Amino acid sequence: MPLISKDLFKKPNNALEGGVDAQPPAAEERTVTCSECKAVLPLDVFKAQAHVCPRCGALHAMSARERILWLVDADSFQEMDAALLPQDRLGFPAYAGKLRKVQQESGEPEGVVTGTGMLDGMPCALFSMNPEFIMGSMGAVVGEKITRLFEYAAAQRLPVIGYIVSGGARIQEGMFSLMQMAKTSGAVLRHSQAGQLYIAVLTHPTTGGVVASFAMEADIILAEPKALIGFAGPRVIEQTMRQKLPEGFQRAEFIMEKGFVDRIVPRDAQRRELSQLLRAHRKEGLA
Amino acid sequence: MTAAYERVQAARQKGRPTSMYYIQHIFTDFLEMHGDRRYADDAAVVGGIAMLGGMPVTVVGIEKGVDTDEKVRRNFGSAHPEGYRKALRLMLQAEKFGRPVVCLIDTSGAFCGIGAEERGQGLAIAENLMAMMGLSVPIISLVIGEGGSGGALALGVADRVWMLENAVYSVISPEGAASIVWKDAGKAAEASEALRLTATDLYGFGMVERVFPEADGDFAALCDTLRTAFTQEFEALRTLPVQAMVEQRYQKFRKIGGDAL
Ligand SMILES: [Zn+2]
Repeated sequence: MPLISKDLFKKPNNALEGGVDAQPPAAEERTVTCSECKAVLPLDVFKAQAHVCPRCGALHAMSARERILWLVDADSFQEMDAALLPQDRLGFPAYAGKLRKVQQESGEPEGVVTGTGMLDGMPCALFSMNPEFIMGSMGAVVGEKITRLFEYAAAQRLPVIGYIVSGGARIQEGMFSLMQMAKTSGAVLRHSQAGQLYIAVLTHPTTGGVVASFAMEADIILAEPKALIGFAGPRVIEQTMRQKLPEGFQRAEFIMEKGFVDRIVPRDAQRRELSQLLRAHRKEGLA
Repeated sequence: MTAAYERVQAARQKGRPTSMYYIQHIFTDFLEMHGDRRYADDAAVVGGIAMLGGMPVTVVGIEKGVDTDEKVRRNFGSAHPEGYRKALRLMLQAEKFGRPVVCLIDTSGAFCGIGAEERGQGLAIAENLMAMMGLSVPIISLVIGEGGSGGALALGVADRVWMLENAVYSVISPEGAASIVWKDAGKAAEASEALRLTATDLYGFGMVERVFPEADGDFAALCDTLRTAFTQEFEALRTLPVQAMVEQRYQKFRKIGGDAL
């Protein structure tokens, strides 16, 4: 059964990100068009709104780095393991070239950014996945960086906030990809056994092997409105069941109704709620 | 036809022994335990208590079924969340009573369906990965046929992961990989080769500690070999302090994909 589905990433909600970079670099004139309602917006307005369309409310994709910088206190983010580069361990056909291409397009070496930062003055460890990096798939370096982050956070007694977006496993890394599910789960377990808080924020889409590991292992699981969340992608399920899926199936609202997500949090409330949750779990507050 | 694809076909071969065969031929006094005590009894996963020589063990296996009726009843070995939850329930019970755990893996993958999603297929697998990583009794997982992705790994976080000679273990089915990477499910043979999914490949990667030759199809003889191997390995694992055993289990997976960075 596929742990990854390409079609998820063709949803219009995610289409705008590419459009932003496609604009000519004519400074203040730059605009973006909402793929949902076709509203034309100045780029700076759009970015200031955390990529939410002010007219129709559609949530558009954010890159891993934008997420973190938008969330944490100014100048507080310190990246970890930025030099870890993916490897073509299997010599998988066309993978090396694909990596080079996506690295150039995204400006990122791999599919996750990790590090530490402050949220309203409270320290935390953070990871944020890249939707544009081979569909947010989990290769060995993604697993390694997340594992190192949880190990560091356990040792330093820090909470972890993870922004998740993923199509699942990275096929081109074969079993090295699958085994990251076990590895990250072990690291999450140890961080949890150290008594530390882990909050996952599931964004569109969160599927496959990531759902079957660290996305579902958090103490608190938040989701963005309408985010698609599931083990199998909708097209695979339709093929298996030979029927159309009902409207809203696997969307965050449905997943919460079924009992697998704590809260759905719109983007403009995320910073406040995450800060509130960190505050509620501060150990020194108990003294 | 590539060598890897021949292994894939051998692993899926009609008439190849399934989990119940190994349970009956390796162990004695197997008593099957049903249900996850949450929702249902998933026939795609069998589990229970058995004797390995003089040692009580908990055995959990993914069972594809033998004849057509049984295959349908067992959903062709594609488990729902309740199957993984039954496995977890029995493993936690084994932990309570200090019994070693044997997992037998043979699945094309976790079931991809509406009910499976509604009842948390992803969560069920994730919970097994986490729980197995910390379980305080020894675990040996043996891939006897198909090791299909997350649905196989859900029983595969073990102190020792072993494979039969013709078993395969892959992040995705060759057909799935071919249709995603080459947009052509017909390229399954090429994909099988590229995915490096044979027992020999995984032994080379250090993901699997032992590969058992299939004794030219004499599976009864193979079961004798396996009985001895399980017994010796559990005896060895039981000499380790629990903390050291769990630490080694973590470090074994921890290394994968992180060594050359
Ligand atoms: Zn709009």
